[in-house]
Formats: sequence, structure tokens, C-alpha cells
Amino acid sequence: MDFSSYNTDGFYDEMFEAGAAPRPHARLLLETVEALDDGHLLRYKHAAERLLLQMGITFNVYGDLAGTERIFPFDLIPRIVPAHEWDHIERGLKQRVHALNAFIDDIYHDQKILRDGVIPAEVILSAASYRKQCQGLNPPRRVWCHITGTDLVRDRDGVYYVLEDNLRVPSGVSYVLENREVLKRIFPGVFAGLSVRPVTEYPSRLLEMLESIAPASAASPRVVLLTPGIHNSAYFEHSFLAQQMGVQLVEGRDLLVDGDVFMRTTKGLERVDVIYRRIDDDFLDPQAFRPDSLLGVAGLMEAYRAGRVALANAPGNGVADDKVIYAYVPEIIRYYEDADPILPNVPTYLCWRDGDRKYVLEHLDQLVVKAANESGGYGMLVGPHSTREQQAEFAAKIQANPRNFIAQPTLALSRVPTIVDDHFEGRHVDLRPYVLCGREIYVVPGGLTRVAMKKGSLVVNSSQGGGSKDTWVLSHGGPQA
Amino acid sequence: MSVAPVRPLLSRVADSVYWIGRYMERAENVARFIDVNHNLMLDLPRGFGDQWQPIIDTTGDRALFMEHYGAATRENVLRFLAFDQRNYNSIRSCVWWARENARSVRETISSEMWEQINSLYLRITAEARKPVPDELPQFCHDVRMACHLFQGITHVTMTHNEAWHFIRLGTSLERADKTTRILDVKYFILLPSVSDVGTPYDDIQWAAVLKSVSGFEMYRKRYGRIAPERIVEFLLLDGEFPRAVRYCIGVADASLHAITGMRPGAFSCPSEQRLGRLRSELDYAQVQPILEAGLHEFFDALQLRMNQIDECVLEDFFAQKLAHRTGGHAF
Repeated sequence: MDFSSYNTDGFYDEMFEAGAAPRPHARLLLETVEALDDGHLLRYKHAAERLLLQMGITFNVYGDLAGTERIFPFDLIPRIVPAHEWDHIERGLKQRVHALNAFIDDIYHDQKILRDGVIPAEVILSAASYRKQCQGLNPPRRVWCHITGTDLVRDRDGVYYVLEDNLRVPSGVSYVLENREVLKRIFPGVFAGLSVRPVTEYPSRLLEMLESIAPASAASPRVVLLTPGIHNSAYFEHSFLAQQMGVQLVEGRDLLVDGDVFMRTTKGLERVDVIYRRIDDDFLDPQAFRPDSLLGVAGLMEAYRAGRVALANAPGNGVADDKVIYAYVPEIIRYYEDADPILPNVPTYLCWRDGDRKYVLEHLDQLVVKAANESGGYGMLVGPHSTREQQAEFAAKIQANPRNFIAQPTLALSRVPTIVDDHFEGRHVDLRPYVLCGREIYVVPGGLTRVAMKKGSLVVNSSQGGGSKDTWVLSHGGPQA
Repeated sequence: MSVAPVRPLLSRVADSVYWIGRYMERAENVARFIDVNHNLMLDLPRGFGDQWQPIIDTTGDRALFMEHYGAATRENVLRFLAFDQRNYNSIRSCVWWARENARSVRETISSEMWEQINSLYLRITAEARKPVPDELPQFCHDVRMACHLFQGITHVTMTHNEAWHFIRLGTSLERADKTTRILDVKYFILLPSVSDVGTPYDDIQWAAVLKSVSGFEMYRKRYGRIAPERIVEFLLLDGEFPRAVRYCIGVADASLHAITGMRPGAFSCPSEQRLGRLRSELDYAQVQPILEAGLHEFFDALQLRMNQIDECVLEDFFAQKLAHRTGGHAF
């Protein structure tokens, strides 16, 4: 398999320049791939898929008994990020997470930013992810965004834009670690030659961060990871991270609150100090949020408010995930950091503004429309790929509830060569780096590159047929740095 | 450096690992059942060589089988025991349940253990799509070996901590139960005539029973000649053969004591008391009185007591009632 017939089709390609010349940082990989015998890469691909199935790195499909489990589609050709580009991303993410933390803390306390008129108060109070239960809460170290999985995209111009912040319960980091394990076996020589920065540090960094937010009373803090259980589609990741950190994986039914939070063990109750929760706010505590939740722990919010247990991520932080509030993040950064944003937002039209709404309704066939509080690629219209009926349906929805919709230009997402049958074709990608925030802010040098596996598709979400690629961040001083 | 405290074990996790032990052992033993029956049939004369009903009778799932299949043909029995998902005790169901439990405690067991269960599961689901395997002995052999591999992996890759002892407890109780049931197969199989008792047919059948628990060679070394009461003694009361009931109960008892921290010979909860009592009875039992009182009846009583122990384990360790147990192990 070679790249002689590969075409960038006018998109920004992560590996090739417009004239089909390989980018300098991609050359070694391309040469290695082309030097492989015919069929080699496909054999590797099948071997990798078998390996993932064997390791049980699968998605859950209900009615397991029929033996229907799928692996998350995975492409062997990595996406490479040169060192100088990564520096820019890293600085931008640190700035953004720092500002968002300050913003959320302000919203749940004095609301200075609203009083100063930077953001209209009704935008905040009408956000579905705003939690009045969190008003006045002081999480340890005043950190609200412990783990963030920011989605970045590149447009035709190659500029990195922030598409979404994903502050609530971001997932996917296990695939970053597992994809790397697979590629190390397949391209050992390239790793050495390119000096790819390792991602293996993530679980210990995560544990360190979680321990750093423990209540002061805990001499040697006990951290647990709270999962909704084996039927959750991200269950593999929950158990994988618990295993990698060496912490106990618990379900809601394993915990109970009696002043402090305890877990039920064969020898009685044991105190828990920090909970890395992978359950949404709504299901966390039936006493504080949805009373019908069976997944959560009754009384947990009370213990949290009293400082007897730490939660990561902090409940209520999703307020900054609202897509309308997202549009204000550049203002938020200027307000709290007193600096311009390093990573720009995608230009966003807010349908509750009369002028914006008029424009959006007239250009539905060109824009991407998103519901303010949805994620995972749901509640979304990709204008250029939509039918008249779908556009009419969205127009009605927007008019019925303008606050709930935003629109953005359809970006020509950058592409990476991807194995399709027995050759390579460009497929659109995004990039989700992971940011940890405790004593300091840390960005894993890597991330999840999600691929829209369908030809021409711009939707990379795993729930919508997306796959993934390993992401190689190169060190300074390596070749072509 | 300070001493790291012993990590407590969640009740839910203890429950799951205990059942991983039980289900993997059960899967292995169902394969042994099929194997022993297959071998017994081959050695019987024409007209007697197609008895698949007895094996259904010994597993205790007769009603379910009759409901779905009716006639106890080789095909039907094999499908029912190996692959039928409606039968909770089929090999496929056992491995599925072992896997479901393993999935929920992947961070407690080793990755190697998980992968072994997962690969056996994938193998069986693939096999289940075919008609009944032609190479039946090979299939049974493969399942058995996969289960042995799991035992070995568990032994050498997982810390021998409390969770490990729960796996061993589940495994040993299950194995003891199944050894009594395999012996029972012999009880149900019909000989060509009553006068065949003690003839070559009978000897061949006893040898097959021994082989099905991998005990033929070990028995030979210990006793030499094939003699039914000796075989019963060996499989029931031997203190060294790892599939003998007494041996299994001894291992289960040792693990339960390791879990509670009680000294041998003492007890701190109902499961420990019942298991200890059974252990000492088997330690001091003799085969002759058992045979005189009726072997089948003895097995029934034994199975009942082991079920009661299982229920007590659940009550003592898995069904954690809230609060009051913050201290040591109250009873």
C-alpha cells in the first residue's frame, strides 16, 4: 500500500501539503508504511482488531447474550502533531481551563462577571446545566474542572479552533492509552526515530490530582472511581482507569453516606475521601438531583457540601459546557485572564439574538446547528448534508425555543490518511486532548483523534460511527521539530 | 516507609469473584459430564449405548430439558448442556456469567484472568453457531484446558489476598458438589443386566468415571485394582487428590479462615461453622458405613449441606447490612 494515488481533495491534510508533498514531520512514518510488504498493514489491522476484542476493549450492545459486542473502530495511521503546534495548543488549553475555573467559581459565588455586564444573567440562569444546588459551594482548592476533554478542530486554513470544552464527564482517554500500546507494537522503529512523547504518565497524574483534592482530615486519602455499572458504554474506561490507578471501582450501591461517605466491604464500612465520578450530575444523588436515580448515592451532595468528601469533576461545572455560554468563552478569558484567547472559538451564532436567528434561519443549508445542552453528536443538523425536511424541522425547533440553539459555519475539518479497504483515503478528524487541574494544570501530550470513518462525513462521535487514531506529539529536538 | 494498610474488599466484588470461581469450575465440570457420558456410551454393547437421559438427571435440570427438548437424544443433550442459553448451567451460560462478573471486577482480578475468560467466551460463542461439534471430545478437552489455564493464571498472576480466597472458596465448593454429581452419573446409568455388576462392563464404567475427573492414574497409584468401594473412597474421602470432596472442602475451609482471620478449628460466623463441621465429619468418615446407608442418599444430603453453606456465605459477606459493622467482624 502506498500513497501515490492519495489525494487531499483541497482539504487541510495533517500529513500532506497542498501540492501532495509529505509534511516534514510525516515523512518518516510515510516511508515506513510504504516500505511494508503488501498486505502487511492489513494483517496488522486485523491483528490489532483481534487484540482489542481479546482484551475486551469493546462497546456494549444490549442483549449481550447474543455475543454482539463491537470494538471502537481504530485506524492504524496515526495523526502527528509537531512540537511547535503542540506548544501552542498546550498554552491555549491551560489558559482556557484556568479561565473557565475562575468563571464557574464566580458564577456559584459573587457573579461579578454578570454584574459587570460581560454576560447577560439570563443566559446563565436559563442554562439546563446550571445547578442552583451548587451556589456557595467551595470545592477543595476551588477547582471545578478537574478533568477536561476539550475538542479541537482545524479548518481549511489549518488554524486550531476550540469546538467544545467537555467539562462534565469527558471520556475517551483510555483509548489514547490503548491505541498507543497497539501502535508501539506495530511501528516500534518510527517511535524511536521520531521521539514521540509518551502518554503513559496519565493514570499516575490523574491519581496525584485526585489525592490532592482530598479533605484535609484524610491522612492517606482513599480515592474511588464511581461508575454507573457494566452496562454503561464507557464502562471499559472506568474499569481500565481504576485498574491503572490501583483504586477501587465502585457503583452507587457500594457507597452510603452516614456523615462521611463509606463503602460496604466484607469487613464492614470503610471511609472514602475522593470520588472520581463518571456519573452525570443528574444521577449523582437522588436527594439533591433526580429523585428517581438508582445509580447515585443518597446524601452525597450533603457530605460534599460539608467538605467530608471531594468530587471530581465538581457538580455544576457543566454550566460552562452550555453551547450558548461557550460562545462567551473568549470574553470570559479576557475578563479573568486579562489576555486575548490563545485558541480561538469557532464563530457562533446565538439564536436567541434576533439578528443571529434571522441569519441562521436563512442559511440553514450552510450551517451546523446544535442544541445548547446536547453532546455526543445528538440534536445536531449538518446543513450541507441535510434534506429540506430536516432543515424545516430545525427551523421550527429554533423558533419554538431560540435559547436552546446555536449555529456555526460548517468547517472543512482537516483530514488524515486512513485505511479504507486496501488503500488510503482522507478522513475528517478532530482532536480531544485531556487536561488535568489540581495543584497545577497538566495537559497530556497526546489525545484522542476521532475520525469520521464514513466518506465525506464530518461527524466524528463514536455514537455516530466515528473511530479513533493514535495521536503522536513530537518532542522538541526530535527530527523536523 | 509506613506499612500500607490491607485493602478492604467490597462486598459486591467479593460476591462477583466468588461467582467467577464457581462458574468457571461449573463450566469445566459440565464438559467433564459430557465427556464421561460419551466415553461410557462407547463401551456399552448395542442397544444400551445411547443413554443420555442419566446425565440430565444428575445435573438437576431435568424439568427445563423436558420442557424445551423432550427426547434425550445425543444432539439434544449436547446442545442443552453445552450451548443453550436458556439453561443457566450450560457451558456457554456459565462462561457468560463468569465473564459478566469478571467484567464488573476487572480492576480486582488480573488482566490475564480477564483475557482468559474472555477468550474462552469468544471461542464458545463461535462454536455455538455451528451444529453440535463433531469433535466432541476435542471440544470438551479444550474447555477443560481453558478452565485449567484460568486456574493456573489465577494462581500465579493474582495476589493471594482476600478476593483470591473468595475465588478459591467458590471454586472448591463448586468442585466438591460436581464430583458428587459425576459419581452419581454412574448410579443412574443402566447396566445390561443386574448381574453385570462387578463384571468388565462395570469396571469399564468405573474407570470412565475416574478418567472424567482426571483421577484414573492417581487412583491406580494409590489402590491399583479397580474396586467400586475404593473408587468411592478415593473420590469422596481422599485428603490429597484435588478433586476429592474431602480435599475440596478442606481447601474451602482454609480459604474461609484466611478471609475471616480465625484460627483453624474455630469459627466466627455461620458459614464458617457449617463448613468446619462438614470438614471434620469428612476428615473422620469411613466409606463402608456410607455405602451401607446408600451412596446416592449420602450425595443428596451432602449437596444440600453445601447449598446451605453457600447461602450462609452470601448472608455473612455479600449481603452487607448497613452501618453497625464498622469494627471487626461482628457475629
